[in-house]
Amino acid sequence: MDDLELLESFLAGDREAFAVLVRRYQPVLVQIAKYYVNSTQTAEDVTQDTWIAVLKGAERFEGRASFKTWLFRIVANRARSTGTREKRQIPTDPTDPVAGDRFNSEGMWKEPPVSFGDLLADAEVNATLATTVRAAIAKLPELQRSVVTLRDVEGLSTGEVASVLELSEANVRVILHRARARIREVVEQLAKGGPSWH
Amino acid sequence: MALVMNINCREAVTLIGGFLDGTLARRERRRLEKHVAACDACREYLEQMRAIIAVTGRVGPEDLSDDALEVLMDLYDTYRRDLDESS
Ligand SMILES: [Zn+2]
Repeated sequence: MDDLELLESFLAGDREAFAVLVRRYQPVLVQIAKYYVNSTQTAEDVTQDTWIAVLKGAERFEGRASFKTWLFRIVANRARSTGTREKRQIPTDPTDPVAGDRFNSEGMWKEPPVSFGDLLADAEVNATLATTVRAAIAKLPELQRSVVTLRDVEGLSTGEVASVLELSEANVRVILHRARARIREVVEQLAKGGPSWH
Repeated sequence: MALVMNINCREAVTLIGGFLDGTLARRERRRLEKHVAACDACREYLEQMRAIIAVTGRVGPEDLSDDALEVLMDLYDTYRRDLDESS
């Protein structure tokens, strides 16, 4: 069932439909909240308020935005208004998403990217690859993790990500490319059979 | 590995971010396309980035603990109870 069907089902009294939405979105809601507040406890409180707002406001949700975008805006607004986080440094320099030591002084690859080989051949069923990517995302610096989660995992547009995280679209793009480059490096390590990365 | 159209691999890799977003200016895009056409390593890098984006789109949500779920389902039950009482 898609999000709207689940919404209609829980409004009609289907408890399990609400549970499906919670399982689908609670982890990312916590992440968005943590982007704005200092403690995990506060972040979890904010997500509870968010779900209460969903329960009370679902009937008025008109489906102009996607449910997901609506939900992410609610949690971001609520987390932002608790205002417990100091301003962060936003990197704006688009150069060198890949470690400089991969290139020689003329800017050529010293050691070209290692082929992913069979890793991608059956990516649909490759649990190792999915696990590695998930672990790689979990280890990213928070800003990169938030951006890549919203953009690539959740599929929001650059503009939507910018709005939820209060960044410029240019910043989202720079941060996203760094995050993707880092995930690629981790998968490359796996392809090399090098030290597994936990 | 090559120096094509005045960009080297390091610069090509920097441009690939914008290329994947579709935000490169036309001139830069053509430079990158020429570089990638002539450079196996950067072509491999670009393909890998596309693959990473595809895989990342399929990892799905993190697992939610039973405890965390229970807390939120309590909210749902309270909401239903309030509805029933007010109707
Ligand atoms: Zn190259």
